[in-house]
Amino acid sequence: MLHIKDLHVSINGREILKGVNLDVKPGEVHAIMGPNGTGKSTLANVIAGREGYEISGEITFEGKNIFDLAVEDRARAGIFLGFQYPVEIPGVSIMNFLKTAINEKRKFLGQEPMSAGDFLKLVEEKKKVVEIPADLMKRSVNDGFSGGEKKRNEIFQMAMLEPKLAILDETDSGLDIDALRIVATGVTRLKKPENATVVITHYQRLLDFIVPDFVHILYGGRIVKSGDKTLAMELEKQGYDWIKKEFA
Amino acid sequence: MTELQKYPVAESLIKAAEKISENDGLWDGRNKAFDAFLSAGFPHKKMEKWRSTDLSEYLNAKYTYIENTDPVSNLNINQVFHCSIENFETALFTLLNGAYVYNTAPLTVMENGVIAGSLRQAWHEFPQLVGQYLSKLTENSVNGLVSLNSALATAGFFIYIPDNIVFDKPVQLVNLVNTEVNPFLQIRNLIVLGKNSKLQFLQCDDSIKDKNSFLNIVSEFHLAEGSHLDHYKLQNKDDSAVMTNTSFFGLQRDAKLSTNTITFNGGNIRNESIVNLNGEGAEAEIMGLYLVDRKQHVDNQVLVRHNVPNCTSHELFKGILDDEASVAFNGHIIVKPDAQKTNAFQSNKNILLTDTAQISTKPFLEIYADDVKCSHGATVGQLDDNAMFYLKQRGICERNAKMLLMYAFADEVVRKITVESLYHQTAEMVSRRLKGELSVCDQCMLHCGSKHPIEFEIDVTRI
Repeated sequence: MLHIKDLHVSINGREILKGVNLDVKPGEVHAIMGPNGTGKSTLANVIAGREGYEISGEITFEGKNIFDLAVEDRARAGIFLGFQYPVEIPGVSIMNFLKTAINEKRKFLGQEPMSAGDFLKLVEEKKKVVEIPADLMKRSVNDGFSGGEKKRNEIFQMAMLEPKLAILDETDSGLDIDALRIVATGVTRLKKPENATVVITHYQRLLDFIVPDFVHILYGGRIVKSGDKTLAMELEKQGYDWIKKEFA
Repeated sequence: MTELQKYPVAESLIKAAEKISENDGLWDGRNKAFDAFLSAGFPHKKMEKWRSTDLSEYLNAKYTYIENTDPVSNLNINQVFHCSIENFETALFTLLNGAYVYNTAPLTVMENGVIAGSLRQAWHEFPQLVGQYLSKLTENSVNGLVSLNSALATAGFFIYIPDNIVFDKPVQLVNLVNTEVNPFLQIRNLIVLGKNSKLQFLQCDDSIKDKNSFLNIVSEFHLAEGSHLDHYKLQNKDDSAVMTNTSFFGLQRDAKLSTNTITFNGGNIRNESIVNLNGEGAEAEIMGLYLVDRKQHVDNQVLVRHNVPNCTSHELFKGILDDEASVAFNGHIIVKPDAQKTNAFQSNKNILLTDTAQISTKPFLEIYADDVKCSHGATVGQLDDNAMFYLKQRGICERNAKMLLMYAFADEVVRKITVESLYHQTAEMVSRRLKGELSVCDQCMLHCGSKHPIEFEIDVTRI
């Protein structure tokens, strides 16, 4: 589904990613771990299409080169990025925002706009999945939300947009254990054999709830180690110093 | 004198002043006011508070001074416009080319003691009441346009809310211009709130005919102890329209003012609010939103005088500028030596969508007391890249993403509208304006019969 080959990324001449290779197949859950400042968020942003990077290498999504696609077209094609710091949009309700997003996606895919009735049905269904309180739906997008509410809203949007590939960037940061459980349970419930998830995290604790098929350690702009979930546990035990020593 | 006489309109103004001083039945002080105007002249760019607004170009145009023959009856105002806000029940009053328009009587005295209607008629019927307030807030003004208005305005709107009366629905004053000539108009409004009374007051400024007009409006708002005024100004004028709107507010002890000016369109609009906090515990919230493009110019000037201790003032002005539009904001706060425990806050935020749009923003704080909390801030920026990325990542196209962010930016001011139906209508108008769909033919809250089909990509009304 997602194929990354020898990806190099620089910002203002400074190289952040120095040859990343990654393959994600449908149904898989990948965790990308690593100390702060090693390029985890950069990787997520580059896949999503954020501007401002000098890029070389290759990224394909479902066999297509994604560098030809604008941010919004990548999103409509099925790539979703859960933000570490979701943006507040006062005055625009979540419902309105999502209706716009869903219908732009449908238009892109050559489908008719979703009817108001179907939209509401979908909202009701997905609300249960991520346990989103009803009053949150009436509010403006992320406006005055707590950290936990913002992250829950990200997962709710992901549920509504039904992406093929979800990249969750530090979704666990700033969450208490209850919020973490709700967010993680939402992600797990949304898992389907045809979809894939990439979880970017600093800590192992999220992976207690979202069990990954593969764990990759990103350090110094490269994936230095890959393994199964036991790698995350080892990391938890030994800390990042172990990686730093080995790959410094 | 010489400065003044270079403008084509000067001659007709001088003639009008001579004629009016012989006219019985009008309030006094005109000669003095006209003398003040003659010595001050029209405001010009060398004056500190007029540096960003140049009227000379407009004053060089040929305007016809119109004497307001007031009041006018038997005019079916419904044929000219209707208000299109749903579920918005108001007590509606209308000025057409500066003249007060009525169906049954030029002045209404209601059961609860509220008096509303033509200012000129009110002067005839209640000279003592009107005389107690009229020009009391304007007499020290050094603004030549205010003096000119005091000298030549013969018409306008008057409302008096007696003590302890809460007016049960919003009062809407529609100010229409519809003439075959290019009018130069002087309009005067007087709003008096008795002790512990409450009023929601909405001023709509619109043009119907696409003529060059110059409107010089002066409004006085007297807020007695414990009274509460919610004031809104909605401005949707032609690109050729010039309007100077000067509002004077006087607040006594514990009075509360909230005034919100929303400018959708206009050629050259100047809104000046002079707020006098004269009684302890008085609070004023002064807000504005301006959405300008093409070569439009909007100038918001605020002067808040903290004359006594323990008063609060909040200023919030926001705007979005496109094309070659230009905007000025000047927030002048004076804290008098006795005015301890003053809270005065000011904020002006702008988004410039092009390199050619211009903003001049200036806070000006004069603080003579030592125990006060004052803050001011101004920002000028573009749309946030981070937010744009967020919206596009959800599949929203560039155009709609921009629209949503501009809408969100404007919402901070719009959401302060406490009349629900008015809030929804204004929010919708803001979104249409930002999408370039709001035309002056929509006539602000009004329609002149020519409706355009409007398509909504985003249903901002269902928020």
